[in-house]
Amino acid sequence: MINDWTVTFLVYRQKGQEPGHFDTFKVEVNPDEYVLDAVERIWSFHDRSLTFAHACHHSTCGACGMRVNGVEKLTCITPIRSVTTNGGTVKLEPMRNFPVVSDLVVDLGVMFRRMEAVGHRPVLPLADEPAPTPAKPPRPEDLETIRLADCIECGLCISACPVATTTPAYLGPAVLAGAQQHGLDGNRPLLALVDCKDGLWRCHSVFECSSVCPSNVDPARRIMDLRKQVLRARILRFFGRD
Amino acid sequence: MTKPHAIIIGAGFTGVATAHDLALRGFDVTVVERGPIANGTSGRTHGLLHSGGRYAVKDKESAIECIDENMILRKIVPDVIEPNGGLFIALTDSDLAYGEDFIEGCQACNIPIEELTPQQTLKLEPNLNPNLLLAFTIPDGTFDPLRLALAFAATAKSNGARFRLYTEVEGMMLDGQGNVIGVNFWDRKNNQHGKLRADIVVNATGAWAGELTAMAGAKVPINPTPGIMVVYDQRLTQRAINRLCPPSDGDIILPQRRMMVVGTTSYEVDNLDYVPVLEDQIELMHERGAELVPGVRQAKVRGIYTATRPLIGAGTTGRSIARTFKCFDHKESDNVDGLVTITGGKATTLRAMAEKTADMVCSKLGISAESNTKDTPLISYRQFYALPD
Repeated sequence: MINDWTVTFLVYRQKGQEPGHFDTFKVEVNPDEYVLDAVERIWSFHDRSLTFAHACHHSTCGACGMRVNGVEKLTCITPIRSVTTNGGTVKLEPMRNFPVVSDLVVDLGVMFRRMEAVGHRPVLPLADEPAPTPAKPPRPEDLETIRLADCIECGLCISACPVATTTPAYLGPAVLAGAQQHGLDGNRPLLALVDCKDGLWRCHSVFECSSVCPSNVDPARRIMDLRKQVLRARILRFFGRD
Repeated sequence: MTKPHAIIIGAGFTGVATAHDLALRGFDVTVVERGPIANGTSGRTHGLLHSGGRYAVKDKESAIECIDENMILRKIVPDVIEPNGGLFIALTDSDLAYGEDFIEGCQACNIPIEELTPQQTLKLEPNLNPNLLLAFTIPDGTFDPLRLALAFAATAKSNGARFRLYTEVEGMMLDGQGNVIGVNFWDRKNNQHGKLRADIVVNATGAWAGELTAMAGAKVPINPTPGIMVVYDQRLTQRAINRLCPPSDGDIILPQRRMMVVGTTSYEVDNLDYVPVLEDQIELMHERGAELVPGVRQAKVRGIYTATRPLIGAGTTGRSIARTFKCFDHKESDNVDGLVTITGGKATTLRAMAEKTADMVCSKLGISAESNTKDTPLISYRQFYALPD
């Protein structure tokens, strides 16, 4: 590949309890490579102390989420060409609304604990998680195939959510979408978890989550659907039918 | 009696699986990893849960390892696997000729296959090349690479193993006679340097194994061999689609979630920490992929990346090297005690690799403890983050 662009990367740095700052790296890159490739180049050739999370490099694992020029991106599938120009600048920051571990690495522990609590299913039949807007509907015989879930638990939606910024108690879009995927279906503990002030009623319908989601989850739509499920459960309970 | 302390260098597939095995056998385990979990070759696998079919003709040892471990992983870690099977499809007369050896090889390795006519095949997978001549079903699957590693790591953690991530081994602690008694490390999270002693050090750094053994003056015949993967924004098959031919460039399409991966190639590099994509190989993947599933031509590219296989063998290269794994006791090969290297192998065989390594560690330390990983279901991969450090 030809490295015919020069791009300046402003990279957030923070070690231990020290205050954060930005370091500047001028790097020759191929514009068709991805932002994560550039970060890996910086680590390989410029600064071995840089820490960043990554694993699959093809958008199935969800590890490499960052803020790129202020917008949440899965960096392994974000072409450099799509976020800057030759001679331009790219600002890289860790995701918001999570504690910083080091440099670009954040602690996603709270999100994973909550995903576990709402029972988000990591694998499920295609019938249980059809595409939101399918190009063509799946064949009946394919509905039985087992698929890895759409949500890759990257945390981008929680970073982008302005409501999550106001309180760490808010479950956040990924978790509420996880509850919707699991389905309420008379599950009282799950209902109690989401039907509360830090659950799905905290959402202000900003839809940032859906705009940054790299993986077809559309969390905002799922939160709206979960509200419907909760209202249905309340009405059934009112009439003593739950 | 205090527990023996094992340091495992590397939190890729072999590292996390060895941590799990040794923790179950009662060891005090510390995993030292320079980045996050599975950031090297392991994370970047295309995610084929091998049935062994790919190796059944020329490399039966690997094929048998694959089918055995495939069945075990389906049982112990179903949460990370799409168990939808695979197909080997023939497109040319030479593919058909290879099919004869393929049937024989699969029978010899106990890999269950079933022959399908073109009509039956296209009914299962309508997006396949309509000119296909013959197909075999095979118990392939797809796994999520990071989540597979995390499930082993989480279970190890729940049994007491500690993980020091973003911590790079800078050198070996030696006893004055050249034997390894621990590691010197650099914690890149906090920018601090330190030392850690151990009764045994396991080098599970895969393609990087040679760099680590060199720190102890030991050698390992490792041949790092990258390959390219092209990812498309569309899923055109339910099953893994293999070309019925000897292992070659672009011989597989792996569907996963709502995308698919076409792989791969085989070349050589000097710097393992940053492996660039070779432009001409992208077109080769489009071409070879479209031979199997013509819709690949119209599908949008979602990502392109490389992964470096840790092949064992000096002198020979690429495709001709067997894909089996090997465990090295450096006392025997280099007269350096306290250090064991595990490398080679496939993602699918991670558990077996760990069992062999832990067996070697136990025999070196004179400990009699059996592996119990075959029958131990792993806990949720999310627990790796949920459990406290």
